[in-house]
Amino acid sequence: MAKSGLLKSSIAKKVAMALSGLFLMLFLAQHFLINMTSVISADVFNAISHFMGTNPLVQFVIQPILIVGVVFHFIMGFVLDIQNRKARPVSYASYNGAANASWASRNMIISGSVILAFLALHFYDFWFPEMVYKYVEFNPADETRYFHELAEKFVNPVRTGLYSLSFVLLSLHLRHGFSSSFQSVGQNNKYTKGMKNFGLWFSVIVPLGFVFIALFHHFNH
Amino acid sequence: MALDSKIPHGPIADKWTNYKDHINLVNPANKRNLDIIVVGTGLAGGSAAATLAELGYNVKAFCFQDSPRRAHSIAAQGGINAAKNYKGDGDSVYRLFYDTVKGGDYRAREANVHRLAEVSTNIIDQCVAQGVPLAREYGGLLDNRSFGGTLVSRTFYAQGQTGQQLLLGAYSAMNRQIGRGKIKMYNRHEMLELVIIDGKARGIIARNLVTGEIERHSAHAVVIGSGGYGNVFFLSTNAMGSNATAAWKIHKKGAFFANPCYTQIHPTCIPVSGDHQSKLTLMSESLRNDGRIWVPAKLEDAQAIREGKKKATDLAEADRDYFLERRYPAFGNLVPRDVASRAAKERCDAGFGVNKTGEAVYLDFAAAIKRYGTEAVYVKGLDANDTKLVTKLGTEIVKSKYGNLFQMYYKIVDEDPYTSPMMIYPAVHYTMGGTWVDYNLMTTIPGCFSIGESNFSDHGANRLGASALMQGLADGYFVLPYTIGDYLAPDIKMGEISTDRPEFDEAEKSVKELIANFMNNKGTHSVDHFHKKLGKIMWDKVGMARNEKGLNEAIVEIAALREEFYKDVRVPGTDKGFNQELEKAIRVADFLELGELFAKDALHRKESCGGHFREEYQTEEGEALRDDENFAYVAAWEYKGKPSDAVLHKEPLVYENIKLVQRSYK
Amino acid sequence: MKLTLKIWRQKNAQDKGAMVDYKIDGIEPDMSFLEMLDVFNEQQINAGEEPVAFDHDCREGICGMCSLFINGEAHGPDRGVTTCQLHMRMFKDGDTITIEPFRAAAFPVVKDLVVDRSSFDRIQHAGGFISVNTSGNTIDANTIPVNKKDADAAFDAATCIGCGACVATCKNSSAMLFVAAKVSQFALLPQGQVEAVDRVLNMVSQMDDEGFGNCTNTGACEVECPKGISLENIARMNREYMSASLKG
Repeated sequence: MAKSGLLKSSIAKKVAMALSGLFLMLFLAQHFLINMTSVISADVFNAISHFMGTNPLVQFVIQPILIVGVVFHFIMGFVLDIQNRKARPVSYASYNGAANASWASRNMIISGSVILAFLALHFYDFWFPEMVYKYVEFNPADETRYFHELAEKFVNPVRTGLYSLSFVLLSLHLRHGFSSSFQSVGQNNKYTKGMKNFGLWFSVIVPLGFVFIALFHHFNH
Repeated sequence: MALDSKIPHGPIADKWTNYKDHINLVNPANKRNLDIIVVGTGLAGGSAAATLAELGYNVKAFCFQDSPRRAHSIAAQGGINAAKNYKGDGDSVYRLFYDTVKGGDYRAREANVHRLAEVSTNIIDQCVAQGVPLAREYGGLLDNRSFGGTLVSRTFYAQGQTGQQLLLGAYSAMNRQIGRGKIKMYNRHEMLELVIIDGKARGIIARNLVTGEIERHSAHAVVIGSGGYGNVFFLSTNAMGSNATAAWKIHKKGAFFANPCYTQIHPTCIPVSGDHQSKLTLMSESLRNDGRIWVPAKLEDAQAIREGKKKATDLAEADRDYFLERRYPAFGNLVPRDVASRAAKERCDAGFGVNKTGEAVYLDFAAAIKRYGTEAVYVKGLDANDTKLVTKLGTEIVKSKYGNLFQMYYKIVDEDPYTSPMMIYPAVHYTMGGTWVDYNLMTTIPGCFSIGESNFSDHGANRLGASALMQGLADGYFVLPYTIGDYLAPDIKMGEISTDRPEFDEAEKSVKELIANFMNNKGTHSVDHFHKKLGKIMWDKVGMARNEKGLNEAIVEIAALREEFYKDVRVPGTDKGFNQELEKAIRVADFLELGELFAKDALHRKESCGGHFREEYQTEEGEALRDDENFAYVAAWEYKGKPSDAVLHKEPLVYENIKLVQRSYK
Repeated sequence: MKLTLKIWRQKNAQDKGAMVDYKIDGIEPDMSFLEMLDVFNEQQINAGEEPVAFDHDCREGICGMCSLFINGEAHGPDRGVTTCQLHMRMFKDGDTITIEPFRAAAFPVVKDLVVDRSSFDRIQHAGGFISVNTSGNTIDANTIPVNKKDADAAFDAATCIGCGACVATCKNSSAMLFVAAKVSQFALLPQGQVEAVDRVLNMVSQMDDEGFGNCTNTGACEVECPKGISLENIARMNREYMSASLKG
């Protein structure tokens, strides 16, 4: 009788988006905290980075999950967007979207695409060199190189600008994404208001913090 | 032809039980071989279609709207009566029966009303089982409110949307059967003719409103549940699409039309604001539980208010005339609708009306807000002298009871009813008259049934509040499913009825001719133009108060208007597709005939009763004066080519269980 | 008031359709929006033109038949009302008003501003009911007490009029609010528990088959819903759906 759609129904997709999003936000939070240490102490930053870069659990279990999560989240985002566009083949001559929903909520695909482009840059800057350093060239471990690598990237004002711009879009993406993921997994109750407030702070503080880190290194070079 | 109401013998309390014990039944296997057409998907039609399908019949259901859920039953606000006696305030089946007959001014058929009261309790059980969210008390049990014309609290409700919730219940029951393939649903279809084969109703001709196609549908029985004819007045609380076409088509094919002049004018509607008005909006009768109706006591105050020099709130208590409380101390603001409407009209005619047109009275909640607020203040142990707080808390309570109605009023009138009293005036609301049916709900055409508002049987000359929902669901869920089986039992071996028969050819031809006439008519005026004219004649001369002179004029004027309509109406567009003007033209054509019969019936009934008030027949105090000796009968009209030739048949009303007395709510 | 109307005209489902400009005069602020269209149509008929087709019936905001996308919003700029309750006092003299049909792949246009919303009916056929027979032998209504809070919440969900404003207004044409309202009504009541698993799975499956878009929680539906149906219902449906998927 019942038609179960655990894998392909619209709600299942939406829950999957929410769960992958929540996971990415957790990652973002830890990434933010670690980067923040670079502002305070180069040594602490180096120590943590070295741990993350060499610990087998992080490298061979968490890192692949993270990559799958990222890829899944953006592929699904594009799939859903295409489906949603197909659901209205003739568009409105006049559509006042601002009257009933925020810009952030209506344009996740734009903020998401910018974040994706940023990720490409970010991988080019850090992840690929890191992979090459460790797994292609098999260079010896150097516990002190991380801070230097980081600081060097932010010398370039264009890169620093692009990073900062991306973080503004990330803020907007989180602004909707945070509370939205709770709604998607079915949490809409007396805690919702508090959760929304927390999400608001999260979506401002984390990206702003990243911008701060970028500017900090840019100007303290 | 003598009318046989087929009322079962025996004591009134046993009639329905005995009847059910002795009727013919159709076995489940044979029900599969029987088709039933149901026209209309409101509370009556919807519940009938669902139940018949559940029993095993093949049902074809028709509605002109885009979904069965939109039928106008959905707009019923206040509640549904049932003799549950959950309040322990002395209610019983007999008392509901008695109140309904009395409320109907002793012009209803006893046996039908008693059956209605009997099954009323089943309706509540049924609806709750279906998941209809009726209002509950804090203990989790069902709540009740009071309605006009009764001394007990027997009305179940779901805020101000009881009709919606009950209809969605019936719609959900239909959905279950549609999903199972037992109901074939025809949305956006309008029945335009009945097909009779060998003296029995065997099908209909319907127009597909989207494609314009004329379709033939056959069945072993046809059920009409198409509602009332209030839109004959143009302005009414009915939906824009509510029409009498199905009922009128069967009338023209031989179904007698009973008591057309019994029309209910509802006292609490939002007054007309201008010529552009397309419909009137009801404010639920439940508001009279808490609202007090008044006009200024002095003519000069009324005039000042009309001219905008004074406001309602400027008037002191002593300068207000709570005319219902003054005239009817026992029932006060909760007198039956006909009584309340006439009293409001009387005050406005005397010059006490309070809006620009002079046709409005106040419905004031200030006292209720104060009362509830004071109670809340005590319960919460706050300061009872803080008037601001009392008003705030009282307003909250009134809002929880009638919030949606107040919001509706605010949106339409642009005035806040929490701070200044509502303005209301009577408007056409419900038609007690309708197709004549016997105890089986069958019309004078064998195999053609009529249920809900479209028949005449249960409300006499005036319907009590919260009884329409009760009747619609009683007919559909619990009465028709029995009586139709009794009729269909001999047809089990018949097989499907072919739509190629000459009777179908002929019916289809007449429909196509009618449509072609409209499409080819190069007139100069829109359908609405004629409908508005008809409405004006009806309201002025066949409205809340009628007299012989006016009625005679109305009959002549309506006949002339009808002639002009056929000559001069303009229907743009094509009949081969969606055409709302054509839909309206066909409906208004029928109203133009019905209106004349309506006036003719009102003219012949030389008495006042319930919703029919003849100025010539009133007591010295201005109350309706019945003539039981000469008019205790149902006037059933037989169509003979045109309304003026209609022949009157009388079904005497015999009261064995209730003594006829002058109705008094003093 | 003098107004310019930009109205979508489309002869039938096959026709391509286009926006057409009209002028209208003599509109009073007390008129409802549909009464303004009545005046417009009367003017069209008298000029020998075809009137514009639009759905409407009760004109008191409860039947859900009226639709219209007015100046970029479902049921126009006012809140908590259907188009039939929208009044011209919301507009100014000289305004230009854009009037379009509710647009979604699952709501094909029938003519002009009239759309076919039978996809909503089909979702209800899939499970929008409690399977009880109308025998009249059901248990007494007061046998099952229902917590007032739940009863009220079920009522609030049940007030959905099925107008389709949620779909029309959603940038994704998602029908989640509509489906969630019915699922919630029954999920909140003890009577609805027996079929809860099948109901939510089947209704959502039918919703997806009809070609509605996916919900991205923009919340526009809740804002434009004339009956104020809450987003909480969608969260509840998501919960119901996931737990039903694991059970069913």
